[in-house]
Amino acid sequence: MKQVRIPPTLREQTGGERELPAEGDTVRDLLEDLMGRFPALRAQIVEDGDLAPFVNVYVEGEDVRTLDGLETEVRPDATVILLPAMAGG
Amino acid sequence: MPSYRELLQHVRTEIDEVDATRARELIESGDPIVVDVREQAEWDEGRIPGAVHVPRGHLESRIERAAPDPTRRIVVYCSAGNRSAFAAKTLGELGYEDVSSLAGGFTDWKRNGFPVELQAGLDAPRRSRYSRHLLIPEVGEQGQLKLLDSKVLLIGAGGLGSPAALYLAAAGVGRLGVVDADVVDESNLQRQIVHSTERIGEPKVDSAKRTIEALNPDVQVVAYKERLTSENVERILADSWDVIVDGADNFPTRYLVNDASVWHGIPVVHGSIYRFEGQVTVFKPHEGPCYRCLFPTPPPPELAPSCAEGGVLGVLPGVIGSLQANEALKLALGIGEPLVGRLLLFDALSAEFDEMKLRRDPDCPVCGEHPTITDYVDYVEFCSGTREPA
Repeated sequence: MKQVRIPPTLREQTGGERELPAEGDTVRDLLEDLMGRFPALRAQIVEDGDLAPFVNVYVEGEDVRTLDGLETEVRPDATVILLPAMAGG
Repeated sequence: MPSYRELLQHVRTEIDEVDATRARELIESGDPIVVDVREQAEWDEGRIPGAVHVPRGHLESRIERAAPDPTRRIVVYCSAGNRSAFAAKTLGELGYEDVSSLAGGFTDWKRNGFPVELQAGLDAPRRSRYSRHLLIPEVGEQGQLKLLDSKVLLIGAGGLGSPAALYLAAAGVGRLGVVDADVVDESNLQRQIVHSTERIGEPKVDSAKRTIEALNPDVQVVAYKERLTSENVERILADSWDVIVDGADNFPTRYLVNDASVWHGIPVVHGSIYRFEGQVTVFKPHEGPCYRCLFPTPPPPELAPSCAEGGVLGVLPGVIGSLQANEALKLALGIGEPLVGRLLLFDALSAEFDEMKLRRDPDCPVCGEHPTITDYVDYVEFCSGTREPA
C-alpha cells in the first residue's frame, strides 16, 4: 500500500481523509484504485484520459509531467501529493 | 614607559605603509579589502568607495566577518594614518599576511582628489530602530539602506496581506503599495491582523495605512482603493515596484498579477491558503516558472472554493503571509535562496512542510519560448469555467 496525499479541495469526494492508501506501481494505477473507490474523484482529476490541466501530481517532490506522466513509477516509500490550485488569500 | 609618539614610531617600523597614490593603484588593480577603522560619525561623512567599516575598537572581534581570508591583501585606513598603523599591527598579529596602512589616511586621499563615497548612512534613530538588522552581517547598514529604498506592492490587505504588510513595514521597506477595494468586515478580524474592531466599515487600504504608519513612520504607504483589473494594472505598476506580494483571494486576479509581472519583469511572492493548508513560492520572470507554468488553467469554480466559502484557520495566513514577507525581504536585499522553482506546502494540522520542484514550461503561453498571450485578457471570463482551453 502506498499513500496518496489528498488536497483539502478534494476531501469532500474522499471521505475527508488527508491521506489515502492506494494499490499500484504507477501513478495511473494508484489514481485508478482511488477513483474506483471514490467515483466522484474521476471528474475532478482526469480529463480525456489524462491528468486535468488544473491538477498537479508530485512524486517525491517532482511533477509527474516532467517524469513519465501517469506512467511514472511509484516506489513503495514514495510520497505522492495531489497539488491543487488554491486562490484563497 | 614609551610615549604615544614613541609607540607610534615603533609600530610604523613594523608595518607596511603606502601613500594615497599607491593605495589607489592597489585598490584599482588587486581588489584588496579596504578597511575603514574610523568612528561612525567620520564614516558617515564620506569614505573610500567599497570600503568596509570596522571601527578600531571592534577590530579584533569583527575583522574575521569582514575579511575571512587571511591571505587576501588588506588596505586599512583612518583619518590621518595613525590609528590605521596600530590596526595594521593588530591585523598582522591576528594572522593577516598582507596588510598595508594608508599613510596620511583619508585626509590625504581626499587631498589627492581621489573618489569618495558620500552615500548617507543611517541616522541615530534609525540605527536604533533597525539595530537588530544592523547586527546581521547579511543585512547590515547597506542592507537596511536598501530596504528603506525598496518598494513592495501588496495585492490584497486581507489574511496574507496583513502579516506581510506588518513585517515588511517593521523591517523598514521604504514604500508599500496596497491594492484592495474592500472594507473591513467583522468576519475578517479572525485573521486579518492589520485591521481592528474599531475599523469595521473602513476601507481596508485606509485601515492598513493607519496601522503601518503607526508601526513605522519610515514607511510610505500608497493606497489603491480599487480591485486590480486589466484597466488599472499598468497605472499601478508604473510606480516601479521591486517585488509584488500576491495575497489575492481569487483566480482572475492571480492570473492578471502573473501576466503583468512577467511582462514587467517583477518577481511575485505567491501565497495561497485554504482551511489548514497553504502554499508559498516565488515566480521570478524568466529565471523560474510563472503561475501559468504551474497551473496553465484555473480549476472549475466548484473545485476551488474560496476561504469565504470553505473557511480558513485564522493563524494559517499568519504562517504563509510571514513566509511571503521573508521571501520579499530576501529578494529586496538580494540575499539567500528565494523560493524560485520551489513550492512550499504547509499543513497546519500535521505541522509539516513539503517542498516540490517547479519547472518552467517551454510552451507556457506567457513566459514560454513562443508566447501566445501577449496582452491582458478577460480574466473573469478566463476563470469562469466557460472558456476555451488556453
